Amino acid sequence: MVERTPILNFFTHLILFVGFIFCVAPFVIVAIAASHNLKDVNDVPMSLLPGSDFWVNIKTAWTTADLGPKLLNSFIMAFGVAAGKVIISALTAFSIVYFRYPGRMLIFWLIFITLMLPLEVRIVPTYAVVANVFEPYQTIMDLTGLSWLIEKLSGVQVQLSLGLLNSYSGLILPLVATATGTFLYRQFFLTVPDELTEAARMDGAGALRFFVDILLPLSRNNMAALGTIMFLWAWNQYLWPLLITTDQSHAMAVTELKQLIPNVGGAPEWHIAMAGTLIVMLPPLFVVVLMQRWFVRGLIATEK
Amino acid sequence: MEKRVTFGRWTIGILFAVPQLLLIFTFFYWPAGQAVYWSLTLQQPWGGGNIWVGLDNFRSILANADYWNSITASLVFAGISTGLAMVVALVLAALTDRQLAGSRLYRVVLIWPYGIAAPALALAFRFILAPEAGFMAVVNKLWPGFWDPGLDGADAMASIIIAFSWKYVGYNFIFFLAAFQAIPRSLIEAAAMDGSGVIRRFRDIQFPLITPTIFFLLVINITESFQDSFGIVDIMTAGGPANATNLMVYKIYSDGFKGLDYSGAAAQSIILMLLIIALTIVQFRFIERRVHYR
Repeated sequence: MVERTPILNFFTHLILFVGFIFCVAPFVIVAIAASHNLKDVNDVPMSLLPGSDFWVNIKTAWTTADLGPKLLNSFIMAFGVAAGKVIISALTAFSIVYFRYPGRMLIFWLIFITLMLPLEVRIVPTYAVVANVFEPYQTIMDLTGLSWLIEKLSGVQVQLSLGLLNSYSGLILPLVATATGTFLYRQFFLTVPDELTEAARMDGAGALRFFVDILLPLSRNNMAALGTIMFLWAWNQYLWPLLITTDQSHAMAVTELKQLIPNVGGAPEWHIAMAGTLIVMLPPLFVVVLMQRWFVRGLIATEK
Repeated sequence: MEKRVTFGRWTIGILFAVPQLLLIFTFFYWPAGQAVYWSLTLQQPWGGGNIWVGLDNFRSILANADYWNSITASLVFAGISTGLAMVVALVLAALTDRQLAGSRLYRVVLIWPYGIAAPALALAFRFILAPEAGFMAVVNKLWPGFWDPGLDGADAMASIIIAFSWKYVGYNFIFFLAAFQAIPRSLIEAAAMDGSGVIRRFRDIQFPLITPTIFFLLVINITESFQDSFGIVDIMTAGGPANATNLMVYKIYSDGFKGLDYSGAAAQSIILMLLIIALTIVQFRFIERRVHYR
């Protein structure tokens, strides 16, 4: 540092250390509580020395909440959302940046506005759409008289219906339908030198070729950052999976936690609850630790 | 900013945007429009379409004491948790930025909480703050009846604020640290040469330079306190006791999906949307300043 400030340095260390303790304590307490038996976990104060029942509790939590398939579901969903975002955002940003067509700015703003209203505030109608994805189109066709026309001409009554409740696409698609990644790519594409495009065109590359062979390899860093952030975000979703998955076979690990809350009057099985919490906490924690660089970068870049 | 070199065939260009447009139309614009329509109509109990009721839904919500209670609870929650999470994160980031020994460790560990799902950390805190087991039980032993989030509304509110702030300290820390590190070292060193101390430098150089980040985080924290709080409330208090923690999104969920009052829930959604849009507009007013500083 610039100057010698022993007293301030002491307090800096002290405050940071206290912050560190507060940050790590919940993880440690959860892990320790998960290693106790029923009696020890309810001791006041709870012993901070780990007990011996760690693996037993993990196993019980695993079977009680049926976490195996649930974790798999969470992985599929988080991976689906991340992949969907990474691909679809890249396509859209390419279209907005590298083409000139009427209505381009309109599209830009249509996408931009989606940043403002998160899924949580429009859950009720979104739920209705997912119950039948074709509902918007059916309504439009009914209102414009298109379905009447088709019925007259071909004798087929148009009844579009496709329910996505309790399906992976119902879980994933509405979460992909926001603009988060599009602007990340847009900012990056704008910094790609024009000479590169000119050279590619000179060599006879079309739009698709340029996109796949030049632009995408250049955006690898952005993809990693966006993918990490979106994976975590999707993994941690709670309200949406809670609504969409009424069927146990599609439930997520995070929503299953609710079943582990000790109920009033029953045995306070906190050791099982904490073991379950630990299992659900670990995958995102691993992602944060392993992908730290991309995580920080993605966060700062997508929110800007 | 625009590209000088573009591709000519714009029909292909539009095709690239089609998947995204279909998605946002189906899952964003249609539902948003639907919410407006539902909020202005009343659904018949046994089917048979909606009848137009104008602003009646809004009137009945705004006349409802429960709703105002929910707004108050949301604002209290937003205010305190945002303040707590931001001040703690600001102090930690400023101190980490001094780059003393060990700051690398803090830089890594202090961001962990943000990776954890809200319901998972809520369950962890429910145990840590449980009145009969865990750690508040020690306090309760000394002063019986001091802490019981199951019965006392203020205690319940405090629990969800602690859980939420814990997560968002990690989030704010990332942004504050990035902002501090973006300040050129030479500026700090020059000021030190001129004889200014650590506090003075913070007040006159670092703080003004990170105000854009502060405004930005203020808006994000408040918006997130409306959304991300759902999992915490659902796991820790389920809106109780006596609606003390019945935050707006939780109320929309319980009215819409448990009470099956779609019209009322839609009207509440619209009010929440307007609130968030207003916040976003406030944020945009400060975007100029942010860009200016970078």
